[in-house]
Amino acid sequence: MRNPFAKGSMVAEVADDGVAPADVLPTPIKTRELKPSDAALMGVTALAAYSIVWIVFNQLTLLSGQPGFVVAVVVVFLALFWFVNLQIYGRHMAVDRLLAAIVTVGALGMMVPLVSLVAYVFVKGLPLLSIGRFTHTQAGVGPLSPISAGGFLHAIVGTLEQVALAAIMGIPIAILTAIFLNEIGGRISSSVRVVVTAMSGTPAILAGVFIYSIWVLTVHGYSGFAASLALAILLLPTVTRGTEEVLRIVHNDLREAAAALGAPDWRTVWSVVLPTARSGLVTSILLGIAVSIGETAPLIMTVFGAQVMNANPFHGPQAALPLTVFQEIRLPAKSAVALGYTASLVLFILVFTLFILARILGSAWLQGVLRGAKGGRGPSSADAEAIEEDLMTVALAPAMSMGLPRDHDPNDPRRPQ
Amino acid sequence: MTEMLVADDLSSSPTPPALKIVVRRSRADGLYRKVAWTAAASTFVILVLIGIFLYLRARPAFEYMGYWGFIKTQVWNVDGVHPAFGVGSALVGTLVLALISLVVAVPISIAAALFINEYAPRKMLGFLPLKGLLTSMVDLMAAIPSVIYGLWGFFVLQSSMTGLSRWLSDHMGFIPGFKSDTPVHTSSLLIAGTLVGIMIMPIITALCREVFSLTPLAEREGAVALGASRARVIRDVVFPFSKGGMIGAIMLGLGRALGEAIAVSIIISLTFGMPTHLLQPGGNSIPALIADRFGSGGKLGAAGLLAAGLVLFVITLIVNLAAAGIVRRQEAKRA
Repeated sequence: MRNPFAKGSMVAEVADDGVAPADVLPTPIKTRELKPSDAALMGVTALAAYSIVWIVFNQLTLLSGQPGFVVAVVVVFLALFWFVNLQIYGRHMAVDRLLAAIVTVGALGMMVPLVSLVAYVFVKGLPLLSIGRFTHTQAGVGPLSPISAGGFLHAIVGTLEQVALAAIMGIPIAILTAIFLNEIGGRISSSVRVVVTAMSGTPAILAGVFIYSIWVLTVHGYSGFAASLALAILLLPTVTRGTEEVLRIVHNDLREAAAALGAPDWRTVWSVVLPTARSGLVTSILLGIAVSIGETAPLIMTVFGAQVMNANPFHGPQAALPLTVFQEIRLPAKSAVALGYTASLVLFILVFTLFILARILGSAWLQGVLRGAKGGRGPSSADAEAIEEDLMTVALAPAMSMGLPRDHDPNDPRRPQ
Repeated sequence: MTEMLVADDLSSSPTPPALKIVVRRSRADGLYRKVAWTAAASTFVILVLIGIFLYLRARPAFEYMGYWGFIKTQVWNVDGVHPAFGVGSALVGTLVLALISLVVAVPISIAAALFINEYAPRKMLGFLPLKGLLTSMVDLMAAIPSVIYGLWGFFVLQSSMTGLSRWLSDHMGFIPGFKSDTPVHTSSLLIAGTLVGIMIMPIITALCREVFSLTPLAEREGAVALGASRARVIRDVVFPFSKGGMIGAIMLGLGRALGEAIAVSIIISLTFGMPTHLLQPGGNSIPALIADRFGSGGKLGAAGLLAAGLVLFVITLIVNLAAAGIVRRQEAKRA
């Protein structure tokens, strides 16, 4: 829809239908066509780049290891690719193809760390993971203990309690703030939006330092509750932005219908807007929890960490899963490092599960909402996909949303009908 | 809406008088508005409280060292007879680290955002939803906890980058900061900066993608109709429209890079002094300093760390507000 190069858009149709007679104009170039000769050209260029670097490597990048080799191959490939296309097709085509190659390499370069990281966490953690890890604490585990000794039951209990408390405190405020921003508005709404953006960019460690100075340093001391206060601060902007984004998608017709039936504002929000947005709300909450469950920095100065079980979140130092990873992984003992690996695997699986759950729920909800807007007035399926992408992005990293107007906002009066 | 239209004597007068809109809110509505307003205001209050409490608790440190002395002093000796401490080296280290991370992240992020938005087909080979898949993967990258990034950076990235560091030191040593005195190249600012760069990539990518996708379709079609290639459309339509948004995205990424504590403190071994060698062990940053030195040095040490936190708070607040401002101004210009 947005991409004029996409199939079915104007350009492609001109080319496909052959509107331009072949005897008047030269055969139109299909911009997206990849002929076998092009593929062969690319393959040969890549091979040449690899060979050149392989020969020169020992001179040029002596002992710089795998990444240096890869970087050298990519650079040489791009240069060769550009040169060859310049010789065959001319400057315009060469620049176009070079950019396409650079951009593709960039996307690959972004995916490499992710794949490597996930693979590493699984390869290191999975063999060491056992049921025992979930039923034992670190009590009685010393530097000389066998590699399989100990578990992170205490850390899981701690994390679940802290995150649950944080959610109980943070989510109502976040949702009310989002309702204020989207449903009520007013003089302070734009400054609140700025503050929420600024807050989401505040380093996580500062939330911990703040709670330390206001709560721990006074009479209360280290506790799971202190951590949940810090996590609530971090959760707040995430869920606020996500919820606001969700509320924006609720169609204005519904609000107007409720008002026409004589419902007061609070009733409209409670009985119409929030139920319509229910799964969307769950999505933004889950994403907020997914992000806050892995926060480590604020835990250092709020829960402090522990080796044994402390199920009471309101008193005394407690353990937490990310903090366990952070503390154990730097110890010299093999059993500690092993625990760090398994704990990080469990942490990753937790975050990943929440993430996937939120995505499935969110996309199912969007499908429903967009289908609900009947009579062809709802956004098209391409729009739905685009909204979904935006929703996910925004809900996940609130700083990402800068309050930009969306061209497919269903409530935007400027939206073309 | 509880707005009521009240008209006086509509039937009798031939020309009805102007309708007056009277808003009468029920008590429940008033309460609902107040509660929502309070919640919204509380976010504001929290941010202000963070600043105030950090300042109050950090005052002993400022009083002892003096404001300028705290900013300037490079060492961190909070114990002993004559404590002296400050964020001098940590501040410069934070900035150097953020700069390295931007150098790593910005080109790759923009390229990836362009790929997702302009090149990736919604359905590759008819079945693979490449665009949606890549978007999801970028979002997943943003959700992975920083401690896992730190773990991976320490054991995987570090060992694969030492060779590159050695090569840079041997052959590019003429660039300031690249010459190292030791054959050891682990725990360096370069490695930590690269890791932080990888961590901020998803944020910059997602934001840039969003900004690129807002380029007006009509302008794109116009460029295509004039015979522009894909590269020309990007250069002459997408980039000019997205300039402000891209700068905002990079600045928000910068804010994240400035505040990253865990991954940095896992990689670098804290050293005090100016970061003159990027490739050899050692370095400093404010968040890593707080994470690392927390719990040591008694009352004055704690106050010193809170003062460091205040410095970090002010810097990130300025960066984030500036980013928001740039984006808003750009939007206003476009509208």
